[in-house]
Amino acid sequence: MNSVLVFALAGVGLILLGLYALLVQRHLLRKVLAFNVISSGIFLILAGLARRAPGAEPDPVPQAMVLTGIVVAVAATALALAMIQALRTATGRTRLDDDGED
Amino acid sequence: MAWLNLLPLAIDLVLALTLLWLAWRALSSPDLFRAVVLFIALGLVLGLVWVRLDAVDIALAEIALGAGVTGALLLAALAKLQPGATDSAEPASAAEFAAALEGDPDTPRPALAERAATGTAPIALGSTLDERPVGAAAGTAPIALRWLIALLLIPPCIGLGLVVWQLWVPAPGLTDLVAARLDESGVTYPVTAVLLNFRGYDTLLELAVLLLALIGVWSLSPAPHLDDAEPEPALAALSRLLAPLMILVAAYLVWIGAQAPGGAFQAGSVLGAAGVLLRLSGWRLSPRATGWPLRLALVLGVAVFAFIGLAVIGLGQPLLGYPAGWAKPAILAIELAATLSIGTILAALFIGGRP
Repeated sequence: MNSVLVFALAGVGLILLGLYALLVQRHLLRKVLAFNVISSGIFLILAGLARRAPGAEPDPVPQAMVLTGIVVAVAATALALAMIQALRTATGRTRLDDDGED
Repeated sequence: MAWLNLLPLAIDLVLALTLLWLAWRALSSPDLFRAVVLFIALGLVLGLVWVRLDAVDIALAEIALGAGVTGALLLAALAKLQPGATDSAEPASAAEFAAALEGDPDTPRPALAERAATGTAPIALGSTLDERPVGAAAGTAPIALRWLIALLLIPPCIGLGLVVWQLWVPAPGLTDLVAARLDESGVTYPVTAVLLNFRGYDTLLELAVLLLALIGVWSLSPAPHLDDAEPEPALAALSRLLAPLMILVAAYLVWIGAQAPGGAFQAGSVLGAAGVLLRLSGWRLSPRATGWPLRLALVLGVAVFAFIGLAVIGLGQPLLGYPAGWAKPAILAIELAATLSIGTILAALFIGGRP
């Protein structure tokens, strides 16, 4: 059991929490938060896998991928938030309801 | 003193548990504002975790982007969506109850009544009063469904955990391959070499994704109305002090990226954060600068990267393959243009809407 494995498993936990909230929560802003938590979990697993060789330099390729991923996640979040605001302007709603037939 | 060897592991365990606890609180808090603040705290703790994982580049980007810009975006969206309201307030009056049943408990009641009166409300209020399940007002799915989803999610996540566990054989990955060709890359820092040279294709497409997201945001709405209120004196003075410092830090980060943690994305994030700060303290572009000069700054990163990537084909190189000896100036030119574009795009994403 080493530190890096602890963080990678915490990443799995973040994915679980994020997926659960994504499916259960109805407010769209909370779904965006859940998406971001899932992506953080994926990044933790990736960066953890970059540190598997003990004591050596970390693998730069997964690190570069995570760096790319963080920037893309911010751009996707900004687009999602703009779409929520557009939905609010158009329909007055900020939630996805299973039973809101309109 | 064997317990001293266990101290780092104990600290990491505490950090990991803090991460999970913050994530759970952020995702389950009934108050949306508190949820967003907890999410920002999650980003900051995650920054510490990246440092523990020897990923200083990711830590820089996480603090500036994951916690900083995303936090600012979420708070701004929250302010626009729900002025001074919470997500789960128990409906007190009949009118609020109707508003809650309508799907958004925070819809201003006069607006709702007006839309209902003019027949433009999405659903007729009266017809749905007794059809709506009880759980709808609470903002989550009914409790039985929640348990079902949790039970269904646990097996795949245990499987994912087992995969991570079994992958844990010491392996260098691509470290040796990168180290072997680092001399030819034009920089001496492996992560920058991967980003701008070995995997330049990813980075070019990433810049394009940023630009596409901004085009999406701009196509959804015109720029918000800018109120001419004077900023608070303290905020104005602070931003006058901080903004030049942040530009200096960005320039340092982009230059140092060739040999140490840093580079275009971290520098662009700091530049974008400076833009957000200036926007919050009331500073804005003059109308003359919001036309083609702004658009030029936005596309410069993709344009320079794509131009250099294509121009090398004329020199007999593959796409994005820099000729020997030209890698360093090519990477520096791309990084400078990318920094400017990333910073401008992030600030424009925060402001939101087409100018």
